[in-house]
Amino acid sequence: MQIARVIGDVVATRKDDSLTGITLLVVQPLAADRQPVGRPLVAVDAVGAGVGEHVFFVRGKEASFPFYPVEPPVDAGIVGIIDHWDVG
Amino acid sequence: MLLAKIVGTVVATRKDPRLVSNKLLVARPVDPRGKAEGNYLVAVDTVDAGVGETVLIVSGSSARMASGMKDCPVDAAIIGIIDTVDLNE
Repeated sequence: MQIARVIGDVVATRKDDSLTGITLLVVQPLAADRQPVGRPLVAVDAVGAGVGEHVFFVRGKEASFPFYPVEPPVDAGIVGIIDHWDVG
Repeated sequence: MLLAKIVGTVVATRKDPRLVSNKLLVARPVDPRGKAEGNYLVAVDTVDAGVGETVLIVSGSSARMASGMKDCPVDAAIIGIIDTVDLNE
């Protein structure tokens, strides 16, 4: 999993049927110093995250597991909202 | 998933049989502000997208979970047409 900040949301009316009702968010991966690192990407939300929150997300087919038995075609999904994090 | 802009089409007569009757498009990834970045890629279209539209692309094995793509040899599928991206940084 990777730590990221939610920086926006995406609206798509025409989409794969299995994505109906699933929130799409823009996440910016963060480095240990909490600065942006790498490109922002679109992730599905499985935990009710919102813009501005720090989250961790999973990449790959596993991103669809929270929606079982539906298998939406997604490759990045937010699976946790971070309360606080420290890097020694 | 990636945001990308559709910039072209691909025609291939000789291809894997499981790709027959699938539409292939050339897409250029864009950042959430719409700025192009990275290399062009070929993606299979499952939502009837067209040139000039901004779309959502799923990569890797998840692309096979897109509608009608089961067991197809694809690693990028267009699964949505983007209406808006709201950024709040």
